[in-house]
This record gives sequence, structure tokens and C-alpha cells, in this order.
Amino acid sequence: MTSRAKILEKVLSNQPEAQPLPADSFTTFPAADPVQAFATVLTTIGGTFIPVSDYQSVQKYILEHFAGQRIVSTLPELAEVSEQGWENQDPHSYANVDLAVISAHFGVAENAALWITEDLMHQRAIPFICQQLAVVVNKKEIVQTMHDAYLKIGIADYGFGSFIAGPSKTADIEQSLVLGAHGPKGMTVFVMD
Amino acid sequence: MNVGLFIPCYIDQFYPNAAIATLNLLSGLGITVKYPVNQTCCGQPMANSGFEHLTQGCNDLFIDNFAEFDYIVSPSGSCVLHIKDHLHSPTAEDKALGIRKKVYELTEFLTDVLKVEKLSARFPHKVGVHQSCHGQRGLMLAQMSELVDAPFSKPLHLLKMVEGLELVELSRPDECCGFGGTFCVAEEAVSVKMGKDRVADHVNHGAEYITAADMSCLMHMEGILRRQNSNVKVLHIAEILSAQ
Amino acid sequence: MSSGTKDHAALSDIFNKDEERVDWHDETLWFVRAKRDKAAHNIPEWEALRESASLIKNNVLSNLHNYLIEFEEQAQKNGVTVHWAVDAAEHNQIVHAILKEHGVNRLIKSKSMLTEECHLNEYLKQNDIEVVDTDLGERIVQLAQEPPSHIVLPCIHKKKEEIGELFHEHLGTPEGMSDPVFLTAAAREHLRETFLTRKAAITGVNFAVAETGEFVVCTNEGNADMGAHLADVHIACMGIEKIIPKRKNLGVFLRLLTRSATGQPITTYSSHFKKPRPGQQMHLVLVDNGRTTQLSRPDFRNSLKCIRCAACMNTCPVYRRSGGHSYHTAVAGPIGSILAPNLDMKEYSDLPFASTLCGSCSNVCPVKINIHEQLYKWRQVIVKEGYADPTKKLAMKAMEFTLSSPFVYKNAGKVGRWFMKHAPFTVNNKLNLWYQHREMPAVPKESFGEWYKKNKKND
Repeated sequence: MTSRAKILEKVLSNQPEAQPLPADSFTTFPAADPVQAFATVLTTIGGTFIPVSDYQSVQKYILEHFAGQRIVSTLPELAEVSEQGWENQDPHSYANVDLAVISAHFGVAENAALWITEDLMHQRAIPFICQQLAVVVNKKEIVQTMHDAYLKIGIADYGFGSFIAGPSKTADIEQSLVLGAHGPKGMTVFVMD
Repeated sequence: MNVGLFIPCYIDQFYPNAAIATLNLLSGLGITVKYPVNQTCCGQPMANSGFEHLTQGCNDLFIDNFAEFDYIVSPSGSCVLHIKDHLHSPTAEDKALGIRKKVYELTEFLTDVLKVEKLSARFPHKVGVHQSCHGQRGLMLAQMSELVDAPFSKPLHLLKMVEGLELVELSRPDECCGFGGTFCVAEEAVSVKMGKDRVADHVNHGAEYITAADMSCLMHMEGILRRQNSNVKVLHIAEILSAQ
Repeated sequence: MSSGTKDHAALSDIFNKDEERVDWHDETLWFVRAKRDKAAHNIPEWEALRESASLIKNNVLSNLHNYLIEFEEQAQKNGVTVHWAVDAAEHNQIVHAILKEHGVNRLIKSKSMLTEECHLNEYLKQNDIEVVDTDLGERIVQLAQEPPSHIVLPCIHKKKEEIGELFHEHLGTPEGMSDPVFLTAAAREHLRETFLTRKAAITGVNFAVAETGEFVVCTNEGNADMGAHLADVHIACMGIEKIIPKRKNLGVFLRLLTRSATGQPITTYSSHFKKPRPGQQMHLVLVDNGRTTQLSRPDFRNSLKCIRCAACMNTCPVYRRSGGHSYHTAVAGPIGSILAPNLDMKEYSDLPFASTLCGSCSNVCPVKINIHEQLYKWRQVIVKEGYADPTKKLAMKAMEFTLSSPFVYKNAGKVGRWFMKHAPFTVNNKLNLWYQHREMPAVPKESFGEWYKKNKKND
């Protein structure tokens, strides 16, 4: 008998009587202004909230803050300020990327998380290995709660996807919060009108 | 109304004043209270130590003593919870079930059954209230700090009727005192530390008295206070609610 | 307790020799509990969320067989290799075989309590494979050659000065440097190098979705992602109880997990691994190791609902004052105390007694496990199975004898005398453990029973 068969048999003979799944609906208490709520939470968790009206403003912000650094982006609108052809390199070489700019499908007001799938990352490692991460999201794409988030994701297929909320952090040393554990030391979210 | 007074063994032996105050408080509210003299112990010390199977003698005795009453009232949340959760009988399960439904801790009896809204007690002192865990989390005598729900407190509701009494706020409103039955000796180091910390919270906030709906927690805290030669005293809530 | 090892009480006694340190440990964890309260109170529907999470997990346990099959089928379709391990030994062998196949003798691992439970690090070390733990707290305890003391905050028992010393010794940081920002930066540099040079990465699993075959890994540091996305081989290890039915159920669990754990609204990274990236191998090891036995125990099976948030540890007044190592098991605290006896009832017979049954653990549990009730029930099982201390047995027999009989009770001696010998606070009173730090209650001149006889008469 294989281990698989042994485990499955033991589970079957020991699992309790069928219990139904609960209803999905929740009485939630939506924020009056989800974008404002998103901004507040993002700031609390160490991120930077930048409202923008177009990609030109994004570009301007990047030039002001990251000029002369290694910048990669998945956004064709930012080609002028970012390195080209990075996607074809070995992901280990991204260790010295100073800034990666990518986009998110949507953001979540209750926790400032942004849903980003592999197709928006181009390389899975990039949002994690870069020193600073910037994410562009449409203002209309800020949902209230994680329930709304999964409604929006639905049955979408992806190889990899992540909710990213703020910069990498740790409080493992005496509960002192430190930004920049292994991943990005900072996270900027451009919320586009 | 036919009320049976259930006085836990350690109150009988060490804290007769808490029992007398309970009796007087109920009598003063016009309730006829009877104390079955053959009662001993609810069996909790054994059950919480893993020896529930040795408690049938205690259970049978409890049923013999209390089955006849309309209500059973006790000045100990912990013992009441034990009866509510664990009183069984292979020969008289209906009586056991009946008792489990009609046994009340004193403050819940005053609040929920007698619906007391006024007391003629006076106690002009600063008082810290210890929320005994079995009363609070087991019998739900007060809202618990862990839950996201509306606040309420049966002991506080009653204490607010006492003239001159000033309640002190605590840093941790409902942390355990560390008594825990045999835990207090089996885990002596942690038990003592929990007790010291709980006492310190009351003392640091200026309490002159610590009160609770459970004498066992108070016995533990009293042991620590007296070892520290503290002037702070413990009193069962019944003693304050009937103080003149 | 097996001979030669110290039990929870003895280990706590040692921990309490340094009272200042106990205060510091207690305050640090209370701070986390307070953050949890604040986060929970920000969600008015919190209790409904807990109820929902609890019901979803009940459903999982009742249909685990089918969910496991569904999960495996979907994961395989996604290109993931699924393995099954009946116990810790088989789990370790599976991981070892995968590493061997790829010629890997150095790897990185992000946090996985399952691999702690299986003692994977020790096993791989014996097989000449080096494991570097990448979670900062885990790396710290690894350098100190200690097990984690907390499932979410592995080195919460260590002071920053001690961590500074460890880093000075192992990472070459300046002596006496203990600033958390500085130390974290040093660890970042040290571990970046490791991330860039290891071909295999092990991660844990927080949730595995039967419907889609994907699994979710939550970290704040990004270490699971750094490891998995740079490695050629990703091995994810999970207990079979980590399955959830639908992707949308993640909405409920991700709202609860981190708020319960640390008071954050969500972890920085909640990564959904569905398919290996091109050229990468993704393995998933499904481990039983006693879980099906726990499933067979109606009183204890719902301990398997645990999502490892550690809220019960942070709130536990005993854990805060005894430290995680006093539980001498991979998962400490209240939840560990109801999980461990299932694995080895003799070895962990002390743990269900390491509690006052205050019930705070059950109240903070995001999946509503009745932890304190299970602690009570384990006590009954442990005594019945014969793992109780024989002196305690005798004391209990004596109590039963006296308390079952009003005659014996009333004639056991002058007021208080019998109690002084046999009451709960003086059981095992060879050294009178009550009296070491507490005064005995004063003996009144008469018991209530005696007073009543004199002053009142029952009709």
C-alpha cells in the first residue's frame, strides 16, 4: 500500500460527518472613501502613496527620486526612464536593481494590498529582489475588502500571483519594526486618476 | 422561591465571612435561603487535575443535596461553572441536568434572576475588580477583552450601586491571577508570578481592596499580598455588596 | 514525562529565576496581544469572520479525503509534483531524495513549522546537507543552535544585545552593536548572498486550495519568495490539514490570520504559487505525521483547524511567563499543548496541565478552537492512560474519600486542618509549594457550616 493510499484511507475512516460550507455573504462596513482608506493603511505599513494623473507624472517622480540608479519596468509608458531587455537576463542579476516599477490589477482598501500576477511581473523574482518597488494602480481599481478582492480574481488562471502590502519588513528583533528585511526597503504606490 | 445555598468547601473552611455575607445579602433581598448541611465539594479540584472519573461520589452528594431547589446560588463562579459543565449521574441524569440549568453564581443570580437595580450598601473605598476567568469567560459574567462585542459586566453593574465605592481602572482588565486549582502548586513558579503581576496592577492603580466573584482567586492574591506585608485587602463581592 | 528531560513546570521554574526577564518577555508578548485587539476591534464583523472561518475548517475536516484528492489532481495539472508522507521520517526522506536527485547539498528554507515538527534540519545535517533558515528570527535561533520559541516570532525570547553578540560572532558585526535596524541590515546582506547562491528552496504552506491546486505562503520579510523565485527547485511542505476548499475562502482567512498574529491588516506578501516557472521544478509534500490519528479523536480533532497565527500564545498568561522553550515541543503554548499529546502522550503528558484553563486562548482563536476545553479533556485522557504522577493519584484518592462523605468531611479534624494537608493548594506538600511565596489563608475560628448550625436553623 502506498503512503498516499494509507493516508487517504485513514482520513476517510476518521473524518467526521459531513458539515456544510457557510454562506459567503458578510455584512461588511465599507470605508466611505476607499482610496483614502487605502492611502491611510499604506502609510501606516511603511509605504508611500502618490496620487498621479498620468504616466508623465510617474516618470517625473522617478527622475526626481531615482535618477542615475538601475531602474527596470514592465510598463512600456516608462521605457524612457528604465532599462530595456532586463526580462531576458538571469533573475539573479536583479539583485542590484534599485527600483522596479510594475502595475497591479487592483488594490484593497482594508489592508493596502495590491494584487499582482506573474504576467504583470514579467519575472517572478522582480518585486521581491529589487531594493525599491513602485506599483501603478488605477484609482477605480481599489476594492473594499479581501472578499471583494477574491470576487474580482474569480477563477482567473495564473502561474503565480501575490498580494503585496508595503515594503518588506521584520519585527523579529524585540518587536522593533524594521523596513527592508530581504525584499524592498520601500514601496511607492502611484494611484492613477 | 426556594433557594439552596451552595458554599464551596474552601469557602466553608477558610472564608466563612464570604458565605455569611452571601446569605445575608440574599436574605436582605427577601429571599428565603436554605443551606443543605451535608454538602462538601463540587469535585472540581479532582476533575481539573484529570481525575473527573473520581468525582461521582461528589456528584451524587451534590444531587442529593440540591435537586429539590428552584435555584442554587453560590459565591464562586468557578465551582458553578464546574457544576454547569460537568455534573452528571448515571442513575439520575435528569436531576443532574436540572441542576446544571438552575445553578447560578451570586452576581448573575442578582442581576439576571432577581434583577436587582438598587442596593443599600456603603463602602467608601477604592476597589479593584478582579475578573475571575471561570466566571467571566465560562459563565460570561462580563464581556471579555478578546471579543469584539458590546461591553457589559454583572459584577460592575452591582458594585456601581454601592455608595461611596470608587472603582480603579486596571492596565489589564481581565488577565488570569494564576491560581488555577492544583496549577498553583504544580506550576508554582508561573502561578506565583501571575499572582504577583495581577496584584501589582491593582496596587499600582491605588486599590485599597481587591474584590471578585470568586474567592479562590482572592485567596491566591491574598497569600501574595500578605507575604508582601501589603495593606491592600481582599473581600468577596458579597461582602462589599452587603457592607454598611 | 520521559526520564531525563525536564517538564514544563521545571523549565518554567528555571525561566522564572530571572524575574526582570520574565517581565520583559511578558510585556513584549502582551504588546503583540494588544496590537491584535486593536486590529480585531477595527473590524466590526470580526466575530462573524471567526465563525465563518471555523465553519469552513469544520467542512474541510469533514470532507478532507475528497479535498486532498481534488487538490492533488489540480496541482498535478498545474505541473506540481505531489508527494505523500505518512510520518516525519518519510517526509525527511522525500525531501532528501529530491535534493539528491538535483545534486543539492546547500539550500535555503523559509519558515515552516512542519519541518520543525519533523526535525528536517537535523536530518539533513546528518546527511551532509546544509540548511540556512532565511526568516530573520529563525536564522537567529539557528545561529544560537536553539529551536524557535514561538511559531510566528521565533526569537522573541532573545534580547537584542544577545542577538548582537551572535551576529558579532557569526556575521562579523562590530562588538556591542545591538541596534535592530543595524542588525537587520547585516542579516539582509548575509542572507542575500545565500539567496543568490542556492539552487533549492524549501517553504512552508499557509493554505492550499483544493479547487485550484495552488498554495499560499505568507511572509513579511519576502524570504519565501526570494528563495522560491531564484531557486531551480522549490519544495513546499505542508500538513494535510492545510487544505481549504475554494480560492474565495482565502478572503476570510487572510483577513483573520495576520490581524490575529501581529495586528497587521495583512502580511506584506501573500503569495499564491500555482505553477512552477518555466524550467523550475515545484514539489509539494503532503504530510500526515499523526494528523489522521488526531482526526480520529472526536474531542481533539478540531485542533487540526489551527492556522498557526500564535494568538493563543501571545494571550496566554502562562506562555508569557514561562517562555516557548518550556513547552519542549515545536509548537509551544496552548495550541501546542493540545497537539503534542497526540504525537507522544507520555513525553507531553505535562503540557495540558501547563494552563489555568482561563480560556483566553479560545477567545482569540480565529478559527474558534475550544483550546481550554481540550486541555481539560486531555488531562482526563492522560490520567486514564496512566501518565499521572503517582503521588498526585494518592492525593486525589484521599480527596475523593473525604469529599464524597459529609461525615468524613466534617470529622476530618478541627476546621482547616484536613484542608491544610489535602486542599488543592497543598497537594504534594512535601515542600509546601504554596507557602514558598504565599501566606496560607488564616484559619477562622469556625467554618461556615459550624456558624450556620449555631445561628440559623433549616426548617
